[in-house]
Amino acid sequence: MDPLLQILKERGRLSNAELAKVTGQTEKEVEKALQRYEADRVILGYQAILDSDKTGHGGVRAVIEVRITPERDGGFDRIAARVARYPEVVSCQLMSGGYDLLIVVEGPDLKRVASFVAEKLSTIQGVISTATHFQLKTYKEAGVLFLQDEKAERLSVSP
Amino acid sequence: MKNGGEFLAEHVKGIPRSGIRDFFEIVQKRGDVISLGIGEPDVSAPWAVREAAIYSLEHGRTGYTSNSGSLKLRNEISSYVEKVFGQRYAVESEILVTVGVSEAIDLALRAVLNPGETVLYHEPCYVSYAPSITLAHAQGRAIRTRAEDGFRLDPRAVAEAAPGAKVLLLNFPTNPTGAVLRGRELDELAKVCVEKNLLVISDEIYAELSYEGPHESIVTRPGMRERTILLHGLSKAFAMTGFRIGYACAPAPLIEAMMKIHQYAILCASTLGQEAAAEALRGAEATTSEARESYRIRRDFLKRKMEEAGLKPTQPAGAFYLFVDIRSTGLTSREFALQLLEEEKVAVVPGEAFGPGGQGFVRCSYATSLDRIEVAADRIVRFCQKRKSALPQLVAAR
Repeated sequence: MDPLLQILKERGRLSNAELAKVTGQTEKEVEKALQRYEADRVILGYQAILDSDKTGHGGVRAVIEVRITPERDGGFDRIAARVARYPEVVSCQLMSGGYDLLIVVEGPDLKRVASFVAEKLSTIQGVISTATHFQLKTYKEAGVLFLQDEKAERLSVSP
Repeated sequence: MKNGGEFLAEHVKGIPRSGIRDFFEIVQKRGDVISLGIGEPDVSAPWAVREAAIYSLEHGRTGYTSNSGSLKLRNEISSYVEKVFGQRYAVESEILVTVGVSEAIDLALRAVLNPGETVLYHEPCYVSYAPSITLAHAQGRAIRTRAEDGFRLDPRAVAEAAPGAKVLLLNFPTNPTGAVLRGRELDELAKVCVEKNLLVISDEIYAELSYEGPHESIVTRPGMRERTILLHGLSKAFAMTGFRIGYACAPAPLIEAMMKIHQYAILCASTLGQEAAAEALRGAEATTSEARESYRIRRDFLKRKMEEAGLKPTQPAGAFYLFVDIRSTGLTSREFALQLLEEEKVAVVPGEAFGPGGQGFVRCSYATSLDRIEVAADRIVRFCQKRKSALPQLVAAR
């Protein structure tokens, strides 16, 4: 993988100047490369990972298993895209196994998420059934542990 | 007045204190230091490895293992070594699990050397080689490697130094220089070893951290398997330094002799460490290739910054060290390291800790996180720029 992408994956907040410094390219080259990655949709976005318990704007999150009927032309894609377009839907994936789509839905409170499922999701033509699981606590997200890992001691100089 | 010191053996008294330990004590006294002085990854072992260790404790695996090491681990080692080093060793008779490569070096030297026999080693080198040779009642003969050759070992220098020597101790990729031997150079070196009838003890602990292509071991060269003790361990590529697991692979008579010393001195390597090591080797490919790519980025960055500082780093093809020529500052390695610590709170290791050939160099480890390396590198640049503007005046004053 391009070191530029590897670094951005871990440290998405680096400025172009800092990226240039770390990768040994000029700032112009970094800017161009990023523009190309963004245009090609290799890089789809940059986000902060927040602990919603601490921001005080937690809301409610649910993981929903959705079974749908595949269509003759296009299989699952058209319905999946319809589901995914709702802003309440944070992620949407086609799965193997007992159900078809696994979606994560966010809302300000339980009621609002429940009504999204009952009124919007379940009524989409082709959706056969849904099973909703509300999230209780987050331990890790997007590769980041929410529990603070103790910093292990290292000798400052060793052979 | 007697204080116990008069009982000490002469050869032990003659061994100087480690330059690393010396410097460590100075650094320890200062808080708030960014250290490029570490000889280990600054991350913990992969979670799967730690979890396997916990599991083994939960299941009460706290007894001894076989002296040679658990069969499970030796099986993993055998297939790993075949894949990475290109040589197959028999699980029952040709593999010995040790307490780190350090113990394996000691065992190998003691198993093959009679008092007074000579061991060749290349220098600058890892701090324990010369003392380990002395402790085996043997003589070390250092072959100097040079910055202009990228600190690679010239086979002709080995041939010249070989008369009267029994063993050649190798460490490629090298701590502290990052030098790597490949292709023709390795062919030539192997030929010299066969011609001069040298036994090779090859410490290849940094094998996985080889940046310019897959690792090549001398043991793959014609005539070398029967005269090589291959040493490797899990400390570096798997970030498992504290588990203390290394191993030796060699023909049965050599392993049997090393085992004899090991069983009376150590009995067996820690069972917990062996359980963790077996898990690490099972998931090896992902761990090591990820580590390598991440080190490569840090290496390239640190090298550029050292050049920006007006210093001359060698291009390290392996390990996680940059050996940097600091002679242009007009300072000795020790002065450089001490003043850098004093003024900028960055720790690097003075090159002479790795033998007289390291004078004029410092070892900078890039086994720490990129953001810390960035801060340290900026400080080194500032430190050197200050020296640069001061240097002409100093010269004029003289």
